[in-house]
Amino acid sequence: MDDMKNNNLKKASEHGIQAPLALLAELSHRCPLQCPYCSNPVQLEKKTGELTTDEWKSVIDQAVEMGMHQIHLSGGEPTVRHDLEDIVEHCSKQGLYTNLITSGVLLNPDRLKKLESLGLEHVQLSFQDTDHENADRIGGFKGGHAKKLEVAKWVRDVELPLTCNCVVHRQNIDNLENFIQMALDLDAERVEIAQVQYYGWALKNRAAFIPTPEQLDHATEIVEKARIDLKGKLVIDYVIPDYYAKHPKNCMGGWGRRFLNMNPKGDVLPCHAAETISHLKFDNVREKSLKWIWENSEAFNMYRGTDWMPDPCKSCDRKEIDWGGCRCQAMALTGDAKNTDPACSICPMHNEIFSMAAEEARRAPPEFIYRKYGVRFNSPI
Amino acid sequence: MTDILKIDDETIPKFPKHVKFRYNKARDEWVILAPERLVKLDPIAVEILKMVNGEREVKSISLELSKKFNAPEDTIISDVKEMLQNLSDKGFIEENG
Repeated sequence: MDDMKNNNLKKASEHGIQAPLALLAELSHRCPLQCPYCSNPVQLEKKTGELTTDEWKSVIDQAVEMGMHQIHLSGGEPTVRHDLEDIVEHCSKQGLYTNLITSGVLLNPDRLKKLESLGLEHVQLSFQDTDHENADRIGGFKGGHAKKLEVAKWVRDVELPLTCNCVVHRQNIDNLENFIQMALDLDAERVEIAQVQYYGWALKNRAAFIPTPEQLDHATEIVEKARIDLKGKLVIDYVIPDYYAKHPKNCMGGWGRRFLNMNPKGDVLPCHAAETISHLKFDNVREKSLKWIWENSEAFNMYRGTDWMPDPCKSCDRKEIDWGGCRCQAMALTGDAKNTDPACSICPMHNEIFSMAAEEARRAPPEFIYRKYGVRFNSPI
Repeated sequence: MTDILKIDDETIPKFPKHVKFRYNKARDEWVILAPERLVKLDPIAVEILKMVNGEREVKSISLELSKKFNAPEDTIISDVKEMLQNLSDKGFIEENG
C-alpha cells in the first residue's frame, strides 16, 4: 500500500490528542462459548502466544502513568486465565477503575468473592437471549443461560455492581422487553442493549443476524419508552446497527483519539476489529512502551484526525463529529479503509449495502458459523 | 437500584458502589468513573463532591460552601441540589439510608 510508505504521518500530540481514557485488555481469546457474532478476530490467538502476568502488570503500570482511568478485562473469556486475581489486584492497587467483561460460565461464588476483595469494581455479564434454549443455541454452550442467571446472583451477593450485556439481533429481538425485565430482576444497575455490529465473525453471519428496519424501529421504541419509565432505576445503553442509521457512529470516539485495545499477545490496536485492516502493522508492548505506541504507532497515526479523508468526508461539516465513521467497516464493505463508512447516508455505496442487508433480513436465516479456532473461509466477506 | 431520588435539603447524598469519585494523578484532575462512563467536573462540582461522604446532608454541605466561598446560602443550596439531581438522574448519586 502506498500510504504505508508514508512515514511523515502526524503523531498523537501533533493532533492535540491526549492520553487515552481506557484500555480494553483482551487477556485471552480462549472462550467456552462460540457466539457467532464474537468481536474477536477470525484468526484467534492461541494460549501459547498470550502475555504473561508480569507483562500485563507492566502494561497496567504504563497505562496508569499515562493517565488512563479505566481498564476493561475482557477476552475471549478473561476468567480462563488463572492469574486473573493477580491482574485485578494490580489494577486496583494502581487506581484503575476495574471492570470484568465475562460470559460468567467459568465463575463460582468463591472466585467472585475473591475478585471483589482484591478490588474488582464492576462486572459485565453477557446474555445471548432470555429464552434458555435459544440462548444456549446462540452461544453454542449447553446450560449456559441457567449458569449465567446464577452467576448474576453471586455477583450481587458480593455486592458487586452488574451490567447485563445483551447482544440483540433478529433471532432474539422479540425478547427485548424480557431482556430489560431480566436486568431489573437480576438487580443490575445497567443494561447494554447492543445490536450486533458487523465485523469479523458477525459479518460472516450477517444474514443470520441482521434485523429488518421494522424490527429495529420497534426495538428502538421499546428502549426509548423503558428509558423514560426506568429513569434513575436502570441505565440503558443502546447501540443500533449503523446500517440503518443516517450518520455513521463516531467509532471509538475517532480513530486513536480516546481508547486503545490490546490483544492477548500484546499488539496495541485502535479498536478490537482493527486487525481486519490487513495492511496495518501493529506495534507490540513486548517491543515498545505503551506511551510510545500511542504517540507514534503508524497504525494509529494512519487514520487520526482528518488529513487522510477523501470526499465526501473531507468536505463534510460532520467530519470532526463522526470522524468518517468506522475504518474497519469501510475496509470490510468497500475494500479500502480510507473510504467513507458505508453506514453514512451520503456514502456512494450506502444504498447498495443497505438494500443488500435489508434483503438478507427478509430471507430465512442461514445456519450459524460458530466462532472457534481453525475455521477457514474461502472469501473475504 | 432504588426508586427515583428527589434531592432536597435533607437528602444525604452518597456515591453508589459502582461509582467512583477519584483523583487521577497523571492528569491532575478529579473525575467520576462508572462502567463505560467518565464525567469530567468543573472546580465547583469537585468542591461539592469532596463533601459527599454518605453522612452529610445537602443543607450542611451547602452551608459550608457558602462560608468557604462567601456566597449567599440560598443560591449555593439551589446550585448544589441542581448538580446532585443531575448526577442522580444519571445514576451517579444516591441517597444514604
